[in-house]
Formats: sequence, C-alpha cells, structure tokens
Amino acid sequence: MNKKMLSLPYLFWCVAFIIIPLIMVFYYGLTDKTGAFTLENIAAIATPEHSKALWFSLLLSLISTVICLLLAYPLAMILSKMQVNQHSFIVLIFILPMWMNFLLRTIAWQTLLEKSGVINTLLDFLHLPALEIINTPYAIVLGMVYNFLPFMVLPIYNSLTKIDNNVINAARDLGADSFKTFTRIILPLSLPGVISGITMVFVPALTTFVISTLLGGSKILLIGNVIEQEFTVTNNWHLGSGLSIVLMIFIIVNMVLSLVFDKEGEGNAL
Amino acid sequence: MRNFARRIYIALIIIFLYAPIGTLMVLSFNASKSRAKWGGFTFKWYAELFQNDAILQALWNTLAIALLSSLIATLIGTVACIALQNMKKRNRAIVLGITNIPMLNAEIVTGISLMLLFIVLGIQFGFFTILLAHITFNIPYVILSVMPRMKQLNPSTYEAALDLGASPLQAFFKVTFPDLLPGILSGFLMAFTMSLDDFIITHFTKGPGIDTLSTKIYTEVKKGIKPEMYALSTLIFVTVLILLLLVNKTPKEKKN
Amino acid sequence: MKNVLVNLEHISKSYDGQMILDDLNLYIRENEFLTLLGPSGCGKTTTLRILGGFEQPDTGRVVFEDKDITNLPANKRQLNTVFQKYALFTHMNIAENIAFGLKIKNKSKAYIDDKIKYALKLVNLDGYEKRMPDSLSGGQQQRIAIARAIVNEPKLLLLDEPLGALDLKLRQDMQYELIRLKNELGITFIYVTHDQEEALTMSDTIVVMNQGYIQQIGSPERIYNEPENAFVADFIGESNIIGATMITDRLVEILGARFACVDEGFGENKPVDVVIRPEDVELVKPEEGTISGVVSHIIFKGVHYEMEVQANGFEWLVHSTRMFPVGTSVGIKVDPFNIQIMNKPESEDEEATKLDE
Repeated sequence: MNKKMLSLPYLFWCVAFIIIPLIMVFYYGLTDKTGAFTLENIAAIATPEHSKALWFSLLLSLISTVICLLLAYPLAMILSKMQVNQHSFIVLIFILPMWMNFLLRTIAWQTLLEKSGVINTLLDFLHLPALEIINTPYAIVLGMVYNFLPFMVLPIYNSLTKIDNNVINAARDLGADSFKTFTRIILPLSLPGVISGITMVFVPALTTFVISTLLGGSKILLIGNVIEQEFTVTNNWHLGSGLSIVLMIFIIVNMVLSLVFDKEGEGNAL
Repeated sequence: MRNFARRIYIALIIIFLYAPIGTLMVLSFNASKSRAKWGGFTFKWYAELFQNDAILQALWNTLAIALLSSLIATLIGTVACIALQNMKKRNRAIVLGITNIPMLNAEIVTGISLMLLFIVLGIQFGFFTILLAHITFNIPYVILSVMPRMKQLNPSTYEAALDLGASPLQAFFKVTFPDLLPGILSGFLMAFTMSLDDFIITHFTKGPGIDTLSTKIYTEVKKGIKPEMYALSTLIFVTVLILLLLVNKTPKEKKN
Repeated sequence: MKNVLVNLEHISKSYDGQMILDDLNLYIRENEFLTLLGPSGCGKTTTLRILGGFEQPDTGRVVFEDKDITNLPANKRQLNTVFQKYALFTHMNIAENIAFGLKIKNKSKAYIDDKIKYALKLVNLDGYEKRMPDSLSGGQQQRIAIARAIVNEPKLLLLDEPLGALDLKLRQDMQYELIRLKNELGITFIYVTHDQEEALTMSDTIVVMNQGYIQQIGSPERIYNEPENAFVADFIGESNIIGATMITDRLVEILGARFACVDEGFGENKPVDVVIRPEDVELVKPEEGTISGVVSHIIFKGVHYEMEVQANGFEWLVHSTRMFPVGTSVGIKVDPFNIQIMNKPESEDEEATKLDE
C-alpha cells in the first residue's frame, strides 16, 4: 500500500469543497450579471445601508467578544484550579447544551426576557427595575455571549492547564505576589488561548444573521442579515459575494493575528 | 470564603448556560400554545409529536445526515491524518492550513460558497447537498482530535509490530488503530454534535423540499413554533444526558 | 560550630489521610550542603516544598534565623528554589528570566544588568541574554534556573532533583559545577535527590529518608561506612546484610562462624544485623578464611570483578581486583573495622525495609 495515495481522498475533498467554492465566491463577487469584471459589488459596502450594517456588526461583535473574555477568563481560572482531574466533565458542561437545538435555545431567551417573562418576574420580586432589552441590540449581544461563551472558555482553560505548576511556584519563589504572578506569568502564558478564544468568538459573532433575527426583532440588520437576504431573498449572488469578500477581509485579519500570536497552534479549542 | 465565591461564579455561569434549556423543557409541558403564558401542565405535545409527520421527517433527516456525514468525515479525516503524518513538514503545514479554513471562516461564507458550487455544478439541492456540506465542515473536527493522538504515537510500537512479523496492515489495525481510537471516537462525536446543531450551512445548501430540525424551526419562528418541537428537543436532550451519565457511571479506566 | 540557619520542628504532613511526614525534626547549619536522600514517596520533596513555602505543614514550625516563617508565603521568604525540570518562564528570554526576581524587588536597571552578567558568567553562559529558554539544552536550562535563583542572593538555595532530567555525563559535570558554585557563593544548599551517588559526591551532610521518617543523618563517609539500619545500608551502595548474633563485645557470630569486630555495647547473645560492603570482603585460600565457600558467579566491571560466593548458606557479594573463576573454593575474611553492627529494625524501620523489597 502506497502511503502517498492515502492523502488523495482528502486532498480531493479540500480542493473540491473548500478551495473551489471559495474561488466561486471571489468569481461572483468580482463580476456582474454579464460575467464582466467589476469592483461594484465590493464598493457596495460603502452605501449607507451596508456600511451601517457592517459598522453595527463590528460594534456588537466586539462588545460580545470583550464580555465573553471577561466572563470566561475567571471561569477558566477557577476550572483549571479545581482539584478534580475532570477535563471531560468540564468540556461536557459546555458541549452538552449543543444537544438542544441552538435556534430553540436562543428563542428561549425571548421567553426569559419578555416584559412579563421569568427574569422580570424575578427582578420584580427582588424589587429591582425591569429589564426591557428584548428586540434591542442588548438582546443580540446577550445572544452572542450565550452562544459563543464556550468557544472562549475552552481554549483559555486548555492553555491555563498547560502551565506547569512549578512555573507559578517559581514566580512566587522569586518574590512575586499573586497579582504580579498573574500579570507577568499566568496571563502571558495563557495568551495563545485568549487569542484563539477571541478568534473563535469574534468571527461567528461578526457574521451571524440568526441571533439578530431571533432576538433583535426585525428592525436590526447586521451584515450577516444583508448577505443572507442577497442569497435567499433577492437572489443577487454577485452583490452577496462581494459583501462576503469584504467580510472575509476582517476574518483574514483576525486569522493572521491569531497565527502571529499562536504559532504552535496550541490554543486550538476542542 | 474565596472558594465560596468561586462556586457561586461557576453556578451563575451554569445557570446562564442552562436557563434556556430549562425554559424549553418547561414549555414542552405547557398546555397553552403561547410561549408567554402558562396554561397548565400537559403531556399533550409529547403525544402529538408522534403524529406530526413533518417534524418526524425533519428529525429523520437530521439524524441521517448527522450520522452519515460524521461517519464519512471520520473515515476521510482519519485516513487524512495517517497521510499527513507521512508528509513533508511544509506540505503538511499547507494541508493543515486548508483544513482550518472551514473552522476559522464564517459559517455564512462556507454556506454560500458551497451553495454557489452546487449551483454552478448543477447539482440538485436536497439531502445530498446537505450531506456533502456537512462532511466538509465535519472533517476538520475529526482531524483536530485525531492529529494530537497521532503525534503522541510512539512510532516504535508500529515498527515493533512489523518486527514481530505483522504485515503493515495488521500492524496498523492491531497496534496503531487502538491507540488512535479515543481520538477517532471523540472526533466522531464532535462531528456528530456539530452536524446535529448546524443551521447556517444547512440553510444555504438545502433545497426547498427538505428540512432538518434546525431549518424547520427557523421557518416556524415567524408563525410561532409548534410546542411539539419543545417536546422533541426535551426528549433528545434528556436521552443524551442519561446516556452521558451512564457512560460516566461505568467504571473508569485509570488515567496517567 | 557554625550557626543554625533553619530549624524544622515537629513537622507533620499528610495528604488524603496518607502520612507523608511524621514528626520530622531537622536543623540546617549556615553554609552547609545538605542532601535529603531517599526513594520516591519518602517525603523529601514535601520537606523541600514546606521549606520553600509551597506547602503548609499540618503541625510543627519552620524557623528561619530564629524567626517562625511557617505561615510566611513563598514570595516573602529569603530563599530561592531550583525546580525539577527547571520551570523557566518560556515567554521571556534568558535575561528577563534572570531579572524577574530583581525587578519584583524594584532594583535599578544598572544593578540588574550587572547581576545578569555576573550570574551568566558564574554558570558559564555569558552572552546568552537574548536567547529563549526553548532554544537551550537541558543542561543550559538548568544553569539558567540556578542563575535565576542565585541573583536574588538568597541565604538558602533549595534544589529539587535539579539534575534528574540530564544524562549521566552532564549530570557528573553539573555535580562539580554545583560544588564550585556553593563554595564561591558561600550560601546554604538543601538538595533533594534519590541518587545516592549524587548525594555522596556533593554533600556535607546527608539525611536519608524513608516513608516520612529520617533514617539517618550524617556525613557521606559515616552514612556509607556506618549505616544505622538495614534500609540505609541497602539504599546507599551495595552491601551484604546478614542476620547475626552479638556474642559479646567485639565478637559477632555470622552464619555460624565467629568474626572479630569493633562494636561494643549491644549486650550478649543479642540478635543483630551486620553490614559488610562487597569491597570489604577479602577472598583468600579456603583454609585461611573465617568461613569458606565456592565462587558461583563472576562479572567483569572494569575497575573490579563482581563475584558471588556461596558460603554457609548465604550468597556473598564480593568486589575484588583479583579474579577467582567460577567453582573456585575460597575463604572469606573480613577486617574487624569493616563489620558494621546494627540493631534489628524496630517497627518503623521494618516498614521501611518492607517497602524496599
């Protein structure tokens, strides 16, 4: 058996279903309906409607990424310090929800967030002001954080558990207090996980159209919604592809950043 | 005190993650059709679920696609890992780079790129196109979980098997494969889960006549989701939970 | 006599109900090279971690220069540790690694630069400032770990099996290096190892530990020549340990034959253990020996021959530069000074020897 032959099925698959489709996107994005070369589809991002959607998507996804990071880092720290050698248990907590359809889970937030929903009943009971965020950008951010938090926790947790305990002891031994040990040793050493987590949250948040549809009401359009409509409603694949190319620029910038910081690929999440 | 704060924090995050799931479970017993109000306890939706052919068909499609796509992806991915291991470093880096594209790229872009491919090739949209798309995004998960085990593999064990008279194929299946198995299994499970939960890519690669649970739910969002759907997802979730608890209860192999 | 630097008083420590250290008492003098020696699980590393401040003892006190530091956190202690597998900060270059402790103490840049230069020179790695830890060999990383610790001018340096990951040749070179460093720096070293040869080569004082108890404390010569019990005799070097009876002062009966010895005070007709090192067994003509036997096995070891001699139902291990072929009848003679008499193990030692079997 020739071992070189073994790579053929996968190489074929890569070319046929990853590379050629991406070339298609570029082809459609850079041509008009007659097949002539044009930059119009890309320039279309500058129209007020599109640029507003892109700007808004960037804003919401950045906010969500930051919130995810702030929630996930302490959580990953706590989990990594837990004595139980239960890596699988921890992964389980975050993977298990995926077995309930994510659309349904997101919709369930509507029920929770409604004016007379569970959360507001609870807040009322505690004499706290009601939370009226359903169908607002806040609800979209909440949906993003909810859906993508695991993608932030797992890589950070992985990179934290990789830190040798004696390295932390060494820092203490050399006189560093808890705060300095954290800022000079733990944080820099977990950076690959943080970067990987940021990538894994930022990209899906930036490009989502589902969460905005489900939790943002019908008024808020993100760049994902615009592209989705070009493909499924307006059937203008050229414009949709052009906008996708613009979107990909952000994704590529993100990927390059993550490659620069995570050379060994050790932050890979799952 | 500090420990207490930690526990509270973990508990809050778990509540955050599982509150919607609890909500859906409660809704599946809600006699009222509206999500907004509680109309008393009922098993009605569970009974009606089994009469609802559209939902059952979507369930069947979802499971068939998840199972087939993850099986095929596991096969291709595992073979790919073996091939990758024998590649020159540079080529391997390139192939692994391409492998990461579907994971790092936006799902919407992967979805529309496959949609465009199928349009250009003139393939009829339906079960088959969804299957192809799912295999494509499942393979990276398999490679990602098999590759690390591949790297940990001691090449001497394979050579020892050859030395003791096994043919290369025997050596692979008796020595290398059992070592890879945990990675292959977790890759398969990961792929299955991802396929089951996928909406976006299915959305772009499905034809008009076919639905998976995700796409069915999405079309129902505007007119209101049928409570049978809550019942079904509760059943799936509880089944998986019980299975996992059973697996965890069985005596564990000692690690390290 | 030099001053006592550290005193461990009645230290006990257990994990999950398992006793690791049981009422350990130990003092370390200034400028001493003290080695904690024992098999894995004997409590030596736990002792070191308690000294370093990474573990709290369940009971007992750690007294450093007459101050109780039992509850002082690691970062406040005037001592530094060289960790197993080095524990270098992989995201910092060599200079940054070495500067870490000094920066924490807000030393001036000029001072820090000076110290880095000095420390790298001391460990023979001048010019490595900008290298990253990953690009260094194990031995070099080990030197950096030492440099990183000593720039802080600790009164006490703790070394946790620092040479364990190195290969034999490098390990021997590093042993000499460590002795030189200690003499140049004039600080106290506490060294943990399971390697008896390492301990014998470097130490001023060896503490042999097993199962959470100290078995014997003494100079390398004393530990080797006069082991106090079978565990120590067996753990340090090779030896013949034989059950015997102390007939009276300076006379012991071994395997039915009476040997002259130099020990006194064991009482009369008292069961004891004797230790005879293989190199102390003299092979002579059968009629000249105290007892006689037959050579059953022989291996050439380079410096000497290793032989097994069957005599009076015991298999004697013998090292000799003279060769006696298998089957030769030989006599066995032992100089009275080379017979080490030990009390039969008490209960705790019994446990100790059992573990070793």
